[in-house]
Amino acid sequence: MSTHHIHVTINGTAYEGDVDSRMLLVHWIRDGLQLTGTHIGCDTTSCGACTILVDGKATKSCTMFAVQANGRQIMTVEGMEQGGKLHPLQEGFHEKHALQCGYCTPGMLMAGLALLQRNPNPSEHEIRVGISGNLCRCTGYVNIVKAIQYAAEKMQDSEELSVPAQVALAREASNGD
Amino acid sequence: MSLPAVFDYHPAKSVDEAIALLQQYGDDAKLLAGGHSLLPTMKLRLAQPAHLVDIGKIGGLSYIREENGAFAVGAMTTYTTIERSEVLSRHFALLPEGISVIGDPQVRNRGTIGGSIAHSDPAADMPGIVLALKADILVQGPNGVRTIKADDFFKGMFETALQPDEIITEIRFATPPARTGSAYMKLENKASHYALAGCAAVVSLGGDGTCSSASLVITGASVKATRASAVEAALVGKKLDESTVAAATAHAADGLELLEDIHGSKAYRSQMTAVMMRRAVLRAVERA
Repeated sequence: MSTHHIHVTINGTAYEGDVDSRMLLVHWIRDGLQLTGTHIGCDTTSCGACTILVDGKATKSCTMFAVQANGRQIMTVEGMEQGGKLHPLQEGFHEKHALQCGYCTPGMLMAGLALLQRNPNPSEHEIRVGISGNLCRCTGYVNIVKAIQYAAEKMQDSEELSVPAQVALAREASNGD
Repeated sequence: MSLPAVFDYHPAKSVDEAIALLQQYGDDAKLLAGGHSLLPTMKLRLAQPAHLVDIGKIGGLSYIREENGAFAVGAMTTYTTIERSEVLSRHFALLPEGISVIGDPQVRNRGTIGGSIAHSDPAADMPGIVLALKADILVQGPNGVRTIKADDFFKGMFETALQPDEIITEIRFATPPARTGSAYMKLENKASHYALAGCAAVVSLGGDGTCSSASLVITGASVKATRASAVEAALVGKKLDESTVAAATAHAADGLELLEDIHGSKAYRSQMTAVMMRRAVLRAVERA
């Protein structure tokens, strides 16, 4: 088994470490870096609880090796809050009661953020497509959709809140799409 | 926690380096593209390659270019990039339509066109789409580049014409004739979103409105993406109204080596193949 030294920027902070080739990205983030906001649900690419942004794109971190993330810009749910202030999406989940057990929430937030970055004013259908890779076992989808609608309105009202700095950075860094 | 068996990881910097690694490690090596079929298979230890050659860091394999009357798509271009390509959508409606029903947004952000056709999963959507569009598949090996026609590429379940030391570099779609429409329809497993039965259809109409050519491919129902030659022949030369199409597609699955599992019997897949093909053809005609 090969071991590799990797450098990854997460939520604007540079991290580095040695990883075994078979270590999954979600395990490095949670166990190696103690960023436990990202959850592991199904571990089979189905539930989306482990969704993070890799170079600005929503990605299931249980289906990527840590070594593949070498040199990438990552955002996890810990990067959403800025200066002690909740991101409008987090505020929306609170205001609209969009979490029950809370297990799917970090993934839902990241999928919602990826959606709003591309489509600041999504229809209900577009929101449902946007979170179609994320499962809520409490089946609380109605309020999750409302929370994302809440955030979309709020973000349009205050442009400066719309994109956390490190996401803007990642967007610049990502090539093509 | 599901962890793959141990392996050595090799990030290739160029296609040549990846080919050299494939030659060096032979059957012990697998290519890693988007990884969304390979990683789940490795986590279940159904695949235990001793060497993984990552082609995700090779520059210049992700692109969409229009050249010499064709559209060239780099093998590492993701589903999402293809789905959002206006130029491809304009000419090939079945590309965004078919891709929009692959997995989910996260999967489409990672999965690649080259990876999907190299894997040749019978339930996958992209092999059928590529076959319906009669694409040319460019592959590079130790002796240079060769072109494989999509009709010669898909050999069986998880089996292609690709040699062990070859890499897909590009997929080329010829510009379709005027009055061509295309569509992709599938009945999907609600959990995995894989096709139980689906159809990729490309239909061209002549000046008199009759069908001048039809390219129809069945996905999901059989061991591999399969051309429905008999139905194609039954459509050409005819005016494609609803009853003509219904009659021509009614026995679309005849002679097909059908799959059967807890999600659908052979009889169900056979019936649904006919339904999906009828709908896909009618939609393609509408768009022509």
